[in-house]
Amino acid sequence: MGEFIAGPAGPYLAIAAMAAATYACRAAGVVLMSRVRLTASVQRALRALPGSIVVATVLPIALKAGAPALVGLVAALVTMSLTRHELPALLAGLAAVSLARAAGI
Amino acid sequence: MSRPPFTLAGSLEGARLVLPVLPGVCVFATAFGAAAAQKGMTVWQALSMSAFVYAGASQMVALELWRETWSPSTILTVMAVTATVNARMVLMGAAMQPWMAAAPPAQNALNLFFFTDANWLIGTRYRAEGGSDLGILFGAGVALWVVWILATLPGFLTGALIADPRRYGIDLVMPIFFSAMLVPLWKGFGPALPWAVAGTVALAVEAAIPGYLFIVAGALAGALTGALLKDGDG
Repeated sequence: MGEFIAGPAGPYLAIAAMAAATYACRAAGVVLMSRVRLTASVQRALRALPGSIVVATVLPIALKAGAPALVGLVAALVTMSLTRHELPALLAGLAAVSLARAAGI
Repeated sequence: MSRPPFTLAGSLEGARLVLPVLPGVCVFATAFGAAAAQKGMTVWQALSMSAFVYAGASQMVALELWRETWSPSTILTVMAVTATVNARMVLMGAAMQPWMAAAPPAQNALNLFFFTDANWLIGTRYRAEGGSDLGILFGAGVALWVVWILATLPGFLTGALIADPRRYGIDLVMPIFFSAMLVPLWKGFGPALPWAVAGTVALAVEAAIPGYLFIVAGALAGALTGALLKDGDG
C-alpha cells in the first residue's frame, strides 16, 4: 500500500483525496440540515447565514489588501445600489481599485 | 413542500447570470495552471485537479504541499488542509438546504458537485427575489466549471499570460463580487446585525489564528446571532 502510494499513482491519489474532501464539504451542509428540524430559530439562523458568510469572507480580505480594496468595495456597493446589476458593480469596483493603485494610495 | 423545478431555461439563465465573473475566474485558473507547472505537476494532474477538486483557493494551497513522492500521511495532510479551506461550503450548503430539500437526492448530488462561491451567490440572490428553479445553480455551476478547466491549460502552457493582474484589481474580483451581493440581501439594519457580528468575529479570528478558519467562525457567529434575535425576520 505504502509503495503504491509512493509510486506514479501518488499524485492522482492525492487529487482524489482532495476531491473527496471537497465534495464532502459541498454536500455536508445540505445533508446535515436535512436532519435538523427547521424550528423558528434555525430558520432565523439560516436567514442570517448568507450575509454573514459574505461579510466574514470579505472584511478580513479587504482590510488585509489595504485602502485600494476598500475603495473598490465601496464603489461596487454604491453602483450595485444604484443599478441593481452585478456587471456595472464589478466594473466600477475594479476601476476604482485600478485607479487607487495607479495613484499609489 | 412541493418539488422545486429544474429546467433547461433555468440552467441557461444561470449560465448567463455567471458571465460577469468569468473573466476573473479565467485569470484565477490561469494563475493556478502557471503555479502548477512551476511546482512540477504534469498537465494531466493540473487538469484533473481543476476538474475534480474545482475549488480555487484549496488548489492553490495544495500546491504549497505538492511533492513528487506521496505517503499515507502526506495524503491525509493535503486532504485535511483542503477540507479546512473549503469548510465554508458546508455553511453555504446549509443555507441552500431549504431550497433543495424537496428535490430528488440524485439531482441534488449532481448539482452539489458544481456548487461553489459564485453560483451560491447567484442562487442566493435569485432565491431571495422569489425564484425556485434549481437549474439556476446548475447552469451557473457548469459554466464556471468548464471555464475553470479550460483556463487552467493556457496558464500551465505559458507560465503566466497576464503580467500583473494586481494592476487591474483582478486579485479582488471575488471579494468585490461578494460584497456587491450584500445589496440585494439587505433587508434593513435589524437583519444586518448578525452580519456586523460575523465581520467582527472574523476579524478577531483572522488576527489570532492563521489559515481560513475566520470565514467559518465569523459566519457561524452571525448565524447564531440571527437565531438569538427575536426580531430577525427578513
